[in-house]
This record gives sequence, C-alpha cells and structure tokens, in this order.
Amino acid sequence: MDTEAVYQKPTTGEIKTLLESKFKGNVTVKHTEDDRVLADVADKNAIFEICNYISENLTFEHCSIVMGLDMVEHMEVIYVLTNYHTGLCIELTAKLPLDDLHIPSVALVWEGANWHERETYELFGIIFDGHPKLKRLLTPDTYNFYPFRKSYKLRGQE
Amino acid sequence: MDMSLYPHAIAMSADEFMDWSTAVINDLLSAGTKKTVDKLTGPVWTWAMKNSMHPLHWGLACCALEMAAASAPRHDAERLGIIYRSSPRQTDILLLNGWIGKKVRPSIRRLYEQMPNPKWVIAMGECAISGGPWYDSYNCVQGGDQIVPVDIFIPGCPVKPDAMIDGFMLLQNKIGDYFNRGVFMED
Repeated sequence: MDTEAVYQKPTTGEIKTLLESKFKGNVTVKHTEDDRVLADVADKNAIFEICNYISENLTFEHCSIVMGLDMVEHMEVIYVLTNYHTGLCIELTAKLPLDDLHIPSVALVWEGANWHERETYELFGIIFDGHPKLKRLLTPDTYNFYPFRKSYKLRGQE
Repeated sequence: MDMSLYPHAIAMSADEFMDWSTAVINDLLSAGTKKTVDKLTGPVWTWAMKNSMHPLHWGLACCALEMAAASAPRHDAERLGIIYRSSPRQTDILLLNGWIGKKVRPSIRRLYEQMPNPKWVIAMGECAISGGPWYDSYNCVQGGDQIVPVDIFIPGCPVKPDAMIDGFMLLQNKIGDYFNRGVFMED
C-alpha cells in the first residue's frame, strides 16, 4: 500500500498495514477490534512523526485522550486518537523509563492535546518536549509532587 | 479642642471631629442610649435584612445547579428575597456551593473580604462542609470553614432546593439574633 497517500476513510486492516509498513519495527499493532486499533510504540522519540502521519495521512482529526500510567517499573503514555468520519480509534502506547520521563509533544499536531499533556504533566511529572506552555493546569503552581504517581501517598496511607 | 458647645457640632477639622464623635459615642454608651437605640432600630434592620438576603452569584460546582433550580419557578427563592448579585460589594451572604479546589482558595477569601459587613457564609453540600467525596484529596480544601467563617451548614449531595431555602430560613433567625443583640454602635 502507498504509505504517502491520504486515506479519508481507512479501515482497521489498512491502518494496521500502513502503520507497520511505514514505521517498520517501531509500531507493533497488538490487537484490532471492530473500531479500534491498539498499538505499541517502541521508540518514544518517534511519537511526533507517528502522530503527524496519523493526523495527515490517515485523517484522524481528534486527539481524545492523552493518559499517563504509572507501572512502578516504568511509565506509559497512552494516546487515544479518533477519526470522526468512521468512528475508528487508534490507541498508541509509549513506554517511558523512569530515569528519562521525556516524550515529544503532539500539541502541534492536535491543538486539543495541549491541555491533555499539561494535565498528564502535573499528575505524573512526564515532560512533553516542545510543548508551547508546559505549566500546571488545575493544581497550584506551588506543588512539588505529582499526585497520580504510585509513590505519592495520601494522609493516613501506609 | 474647644468643647464648650458640646454636644453641638461646630466647624472642625478631621482630628477634632474624631475627638468630638468619640465623646458622643462614649456618652451614648454610658447613658444606656445605645441599648435604647438598638432596641428601637434593631427590628427595622432585622426586617429589612431578613427579607433581602443577597447571596453572591458564584457557582463553584454542581450545587450551583441546585442554586439555579431554587430560583427557578418551582421553588422561586426570589419570593423570599433571595436575589443573587454578581458583585461582592452588593451582597451579604457568601454561598459556598461545591468542592473548593486549592487553587480557588485565595479568590474565595478575597471575595469574602470584599463583602461589606455584616456578612454571612453558608456552606452548601458535603464538599463545602468537609470535602465530601474528596475527603483527603490532594487538591481539595477539607471544608469551607478552613478559609472563611461559616454560619450555616446545609448537608446534602447535592442539596435539594427546598433544603437550601430551609437553610436560608435558618439564617434569617441568625440575622434576627445578630441585630437584636445590639452590635451597631460598638465602633
């Protein structure tokens, strides 16, 4: 398939083939459902190119969710991207080692990702490189902890 | 200053006026006139203030919808004089309706300070009372009384409009007590 062409209404099978041939060895589609493609990203630094391709060539207009996940041994950032015309979803999962919590920002691909990334930053401490304004969103600026990390304990917890 | 014409007011400077008015107030206080004046004017103030409770039109979270429902036709809080004003300068009640994020704390305190005396605070709903579902949260104040003095707590999650109106009725009693206690001329 032509990886440079623009696909207005890609199917899940097309998305799987296109992503795996365009980013060979970097994107692994682990599962597909009726309207959902779940993929792993091996190199977190390629996330901008992958998202740019999904936005421009696969016409996924919407970045629905940017989510952090603390797996204790490592952290993950999960992107849920939606195509309005077909209702399809792509879920990208990028792994971040604990000693390098940096990932390129996709706020320039989808403007809507701006606040998602700010919130992920304030709750998990994951730094999105190239973000236009990476400041805390809902918590006060004086906070020096990241409340959604497993290491953060509330009062009264062990 | 020349107090020979006291208690008549004559042309005087600001400093002289302070002396003169202090003397007048002390005279009134010592003669028991204060009590008389308060006893006479208290019911008037009470009547006026009880029937024109103006809360601040300030929605924090979901209880603000109950606040809106209370002023809608079915409950019509306005028939009791509960009219929402948008400026803290024109209000006498601060209605805390919802969870209080730590980032909004200074704004609430500031609004409270901007309101003219006498003023009251109502904490509406579980979140404004104790943090509610966000008890022990990392970003929620554990009760509105940690930042402003609260007069009436209205429990509920959310508070029903009739419960909110009932809370205002209780506050009316408190307003009555406040004015009949006679605190006007202490200053």
